[in-house]
Amino acid sequence: MTLKNWKERFTEGFFLQADNESPARYRILRRNIIILMTLITVIPLTIMAVINQYEYERSIKDEIVNPLRTLTNKTKHSFELFLEERLAIVRSIASLYSFEDLSDQKTLSRIFRVLQNEYCCLIDLGLIDTKGIQMSYAGPYDFLGKNYSQQGWFQEVVVKGVYISDVFMGYRQFPHVAIAVLRRAEEGRFWILRATIDTSRFDDLIASMGIGPDSDAFLINRKGIIQTPSRFYGKVLDHCPLSFPIGNYGAIVVEEVDPQGREMLVAYAPFAKSDYALVLVKPRSKILQSWYTLRSKMFFFFVISVVMIILVVFKLTDTVVKRVQEADERREFAFREMEHTQKLSSIGRLAAGVAHEINNPMAIINEKAGLMKDLVSYKSQFQEKEKFLELTDAILQSAERCKTITHRLLGFARRMEVKFEVLDVNELLKEVLDFLGKEYLYRNIDVRLQLAENLPRISSDTGQLQQVFMNVLTNAFSAIEDEGCVSITTWDEDLDTIGVSIQDNGCGMSEETLKHIFEPFFTTKKGYGTGLGLAITYGIVKKLGGDLKVHSDEGHGTTFTVYLKKKPTIN
Amino acid sequence: MTKPKLLLVDDEEEFVDTLAERLHLRGFQVLTATDGEGALRLIEKELPQVVVLDVMMPGLGGLEVLQQIKTRTPRIPVILLTGHGSTADGIEGMRLGAYDYLVKPINIDELIKKMLEAVST
Repeated sequence: MTLKNWKERFTEGFFLQADNESPARYRILRRNIIILMTLITVIPLTIMAVINQYEYERSIKDEIVNPLRTLTNKTKHSFELFLEERLAIVRSIASLYSFEDLSDQKTLSRIFRVLQNEYCCLIDLGLIDTKGIQMSYAGPYDFLGKNYSQQGWFQEVVVKGVYISDVFMGYRQFPHVAIAVLRRAEEGRFWILRATIDTSRFDDLIASMGIGPDSDAFLINRKGIIQTPSRFYGKVLDHCPLSFPIGNYGAIVVEEVDPQGREMLVAYAPFAKSDYALVLVKPRSKILQSWYTLRSKMFFFFVISVVMIILVVFKLTDTVVKRVQEADERREFAFREMEHTQKLSSIGRLAAGVAHEINNPMAIINEKAGLMKDLVSYKSQFQEKEKFLELTDAILQSAERCKTITHRLLGFARRMEVKFEVLDVNELLKEVLDFLGKEYLYRNIDVRLQLAENLPRISSDTGQLQQVFMNVLTNAFSAIEDEGCVSITTWDEDLDTIGVSIQDNGCGMSEETLKHIFEPFFTTKKGYGTGLGLAITYGIVKKLGGDLKVHSDEGHGTTFTVYLKKKPTIN
Repeated sequence: MTKPKLLLVDDEEEFVDTLAERLHLRGFQVLTATDGEGALRLIEKELPQVVVLDVMMPGLGGLEVLQQIKTRTPRIPVILLTGHGSTADGIEGMRLGAYDYLVKPINIDELIKKMLEAVST
């Protein structure tokens, strides 16, 4: 389908053509407005919500993660400071004293005692010569004469001049760290001063971080071996089960699922001058608790908003479409009413024309027949005189009937002159009933009067109203069987109007009949009705500014309701 | 009572002639005219006692003829004939000085009654 076709379809479906009067029209209109309004409100809201959520998440994570990183870095610095301090001591000793001084067991022991008093955690102190032989030793063990030349750290200190070991278990199964400093002497010879410190101080530093019971912090080395006791991830010298990236770059924070299946945030800070890295592990849910709370609040708010929007859209659309529908119906009704009036008036004009044209020849027929009658009765001794007079009388009678019809037709069509006078509708109804009295008494018709006692007097035309009620009552009487019932009710409708209803329990009318009853020449009284009664009645009531409504239930009766203006108005 | 001399004016010749004959049968002296001008000439010449005048005529209309009669010979009573069911023409005629009006087709007895009344006042 081409773009143009789609566009047409859309336009057709969306903005309905005005002449589309089917009931589906309102359904489609309602649907379209609802869809459109929902889309233009919910889409921006959703976009806003998503962007908000994203931005909030980012900033809140930063806010939460940064302190984590800072804490880890700070503690790492404490560790580095601690190690640097120990290294500085060893380095100072190595610089202050000569190889000869330090080879003396007594001097070394003195220095060791002083250091042990001043600085915590020092386990032992030893001097190793070029060949890797322990030359002197101060400490709890007997390492004198031990050869280190084949050990890895010895090679490393020879190359680098300084060495800080990983944590290792000493002879008493205590975690230790060894620090060694190399001093060069003349002729390519060198000596090494080596100190061992225990790592209890490490535990203090980690404890000072003040992490919660569900968090963990420990040191590891580059190979991922745990260097200080970990709460959840193994003992010293175990391999750390967490799989964060290990390397020598700045402090990083990563998200990680630990072997227990918990989602954790891991801050990792490698040391600058040694192979250690500090690891801080915190449960993600705990840290992001505030974010989750905020997010669920935001989500709740979003859902409530969408629900409210949809409710309002539905309600509003319903109201609007109902209004449109009502307006359409009113317009349609007014249009039908106008059409009806127009139809009546054009039929009226036609009738008047016909009546007028027929009237003149009828006058001639009337006179000719009259003359024939005159001639026969005045002069002639005509044999068939009786018969002849009968015939002329019949012609004259027919002419008279035609006259009645044409005059009623003309009466229907002409603009009647209305003489307004103040009158009492209740009285007027009684007069009309008196006039029709014989008929309904004879037929045993039950006429029930329910006349409003304080019915205001109105300004209208007595003669014309008499004709109106006469016509309606005559119809009512002819609709019912003998001993039927006709109720006449009057009431004060509103400030400007009074109402008169004439209800019978007669045969009623079909829908089809109802449509035509106000049209001239429409009659159900075949043979004796002119079909003008109700047309004239309707015309009069309209002319007097009133209204005539009819309601009928086929088989159960008919109600005519006449509304009359209290003050004179002429249409 | 002597039967008055009357003038009958209507554009329908058949109507005028027939009605004239019927009135003649009843002893009236009847003049006829089929248009306004003829009617006015006859009135001047013959001076009828009463004029029966159709309202709807081609040329000079009934109401105009009526006005002229009323200016020239205001004492001659005029009875109007209207073809319309409308009373408007009749009432307008009465305002202009007609004695009364009758609606066509007319009843001859009624016409005679009206004419006699008109002449006797």
